[in-house]
Amino acid sequence: MYDIPHPTQETAVTDVKIKAKDVQVYYGDNHAIKDVSVEIENNTVTAFIGPSGCGKSTFLRCLNRMNDTIDICRVEGDILIDGDDIYDKRVDPVQLRAKVGMVFQKPNPFPKSIYDNIAYGPRIHGMARNKAELDDIVERALRRGAIWEEVKDRLQAPGTGLSGGQQQRLCIARAVATEPEVLLMDEPCSALDPIATAQVEELIDELRQNYAVVIVTHSMQQAARVSQKTAFFHLGNLVEYDDTSKIFTNPEDSRTESYITGRIG
Amino acid sequence: MPLLWLFLLILAIAGAAFVLARMRVMAMSGQDRRSLHSLPNYYGSNAAMKSAIPALLVLVIWLIAQPFYVNSVVSGAIPDSDIAETSSRSLVLAEVRRAADGIDLAIATGNLTEDEARNMRADISDVTQRLSDAGAIVTSQITQPILRAAQQFRVLNSTGYQLMSIVVLLIAVAGGLWAFKETRPDFRARNVVEQGVRVLLIAAASIAILTTLGIVLSLVFNTIEFFRLYPASDFFFGTSWAPSFSGRGGSSDLGILPLLWGTFYISIVALIVAVPIGLFSAIYLSEYASPKVRAFAKPMLEVLAGIPTIVYGLFALLTVGPLLVSVFGDDGLGWMQAGTAVMTAGLVMGIMLIPFVSSLSDDIINAVPQAMRDGSYGLGATQSETIRQVVLPAALPGIVGAILLAASRAIGETMIVVLGAGAAARLSLNPFEAMTTVTAKIVSQLTGDSDFASPEALVAFALGMTLFVITLGLNIFALYIVRKYREQYE
Repeated sequence: MYDIPHPTQETAVTDVKIKAKDVQVYYGDNHAIKDVSVEIENNTVTAFIGPSGCGKSTFLRCLNRMNDTIDICRVEGDILIDGDDIYDKRVDPVQLRAKVGMVFQKPNPFPKSIYDNIAYGPRIHGMARNKAELDDIVERALRRGAIWEEVKDRLQAPGTGLSGGQQQRLCIARAVATEPEVLLMDEPCSALDPIATAQVEELIDELRQNYAVVIVTHSMQQAARVSQKTAFFHLGNLVEYDDTSKIFTNPEDSRTESYITGRIG
Repeated sequence: MPLLWLFLLILAIAGAAFVLARMRVMAMSGQDRRSLHSLPNYYGSNAAMKSAIPALLVLVIWLIAQPFYVNSVVSGAIPDSDIAETSSRSLVLAEVRRAADGIDLAIATGNLTEDEARNMRADISDVTQRLSDAGAIVTSQITQPILRAAQQFRVLNSTGYQLMSIVVLLIAVAGGLWAFKETRPDFRARNVVEQGVRVLLIAAASIAILTTLGIVLSLVFNTIEFFRLYPASDFFFGTSWAPSFSGRGGSSDLGILPLLWGTFYISIVALIVAVPIGLFSAIYLSEYASPKVRAFAKPMLEVLAGIPTIVYGLFALLTVGPLLVSVFGDDGLGWMQAGTAVMTAGLVMGIMLIPFVSSLSDDIINAVPQAMRDGSYGLGATQSETIRQVVLPAALPGIVGAILLAASRAIGETMIVVLGAGAAARLSLNPFEAMTTVTAKIVSQLTGDSDFASPEALVAFALGMTLFVITLGLNIFALYIVRKYREQYE
């Protein structure tokens, strides 16, 4: 297994970016998330871990209101980003999602060229006034996605023709291109091989400089490698939320300890 | 022996073989069923298969081959001198067959005994009289050579059928015995039956393919025959369609261009109607409609596909045509002379094509992975932006395929144009004028009593061939595009 050394020092500013309070999520009659309160800090990678079906992905999708596209899903409680309630009636979920980017489990490049994949968000949001500016945005996003060197000579090639790891970095670059403030990642490495995983993890650590990153993962090693804060979910409850080093060395809750030592989940 | 009896007898032999083989293998295995290679029924099936299938095959081949043999023998027996100058050998043979059928009928009704029928020196006028008494169709006085040939025809046929029955039954029994002999516990009956099933499936598939081949070949040969009578360049590049109805040939103009133009014009009008409506309803159904609306609306749309085209034709003739005339006719804008026009047929055909476009496009849009939509929503795109910029481009090849399939259906459509578009073959740009299509003209060239060997009738095959090549090309192109699209997500 690759183990990426990463800077262990905490960032100087630890202001709260997302504040969730007493969040409840229902799928029809199923109570999927129970009383979750969590504060996610800026310039930090926060990992959500827990067994399958524990609600970590569901909670992640609440943070950019992706659950709105599911008819039977109902969200209660407050989720504040920079102090503003994102479930307020005046908030347009479409605008919100531009601010809170998302990367999915399976790489899902659009069946378009690499360039058009990246330019998709900026074009929708009118971020570029002319072609030169758009070129700039695309290049910057690809550089931040750590894929520029590999694709700069074939920007017009289809994005679906890249390898799995490249596709996932393309998707990260695509999310970054709309200049979000928060980046949500739903098991971004589960479809990748160890080498591509290492590249993406390295990228996540760099992205921390500019964004609040929230990552859902099944791999506890990955959570330990890339995150500074870890939240452990179990059966829809947030069991424990603390510094990653503390969760993995000295957890307070017995369920957390059972999970990270492999006895449950 | 009547055919049905023969058939039932073969089945009975096969059934007996099944039971016997099963009993034999059960007896050989004793109490221990596990010493058998296959289940007892497989041994039975093996025996039934081996007794029935070769026998039935021989039966079919014999039934096909015997008429040819009898015909050639009888035909060889008629001397050239007995064929009248105005007649031909095939006409005489037809007469012989008629006479033979007549004799059969006379025997069946009791007007003639079997001995009399076989009597070579029978009185011709007497026989003729008795045949017409029996109600047989006898054109004129039967001549001596024809009667003799008819008698020979009957004898050959009846001995042939007797021989066939014996041979086929022997084969069935022999096959059953052979399978019975090889029925031992270690015989791999299951594998053999499996092989038999495979052969059966292959045979079914080849019948479909061979029939298609036969249709194509008959088109090709008749088309070649047509081009022997009528120059191909005039057919493909002629701008006038004016067949003479006398059937004597000569002054007919058989240019395909006006018909092709009518076909394409009407198809284009139909597609202009069907593609936007079909596509938009597909988008609504697959992306916006709630499951309840979808469950109701999709079957409703597909009901349109179940309406017979003749009903659409009536709708064009009786409803849409008069409606258009009242708006664009002399009382209105004055562009339209009569209800039958390109516009009438095109509009109605467009309505007919809506369910094709919409249900195919709906399937294709649904096949676009949800991950694509999630990716787009996750970037802050609205629903219509997602559809326009991600879903539709991803589904586009498939949608093009759907449209091409609809187009090839439009080109091959007949009833709506027969009733809705009129019958005038002309090259015109005015959509309110009557025009006609290739299919409508095939109908009109082959109905009526024109001589089948004249270019006016044979042109139907050339038209059909052209149409076939065009729709085949469109279908292949559409399938190629659809297949190329499929590879993207696998």
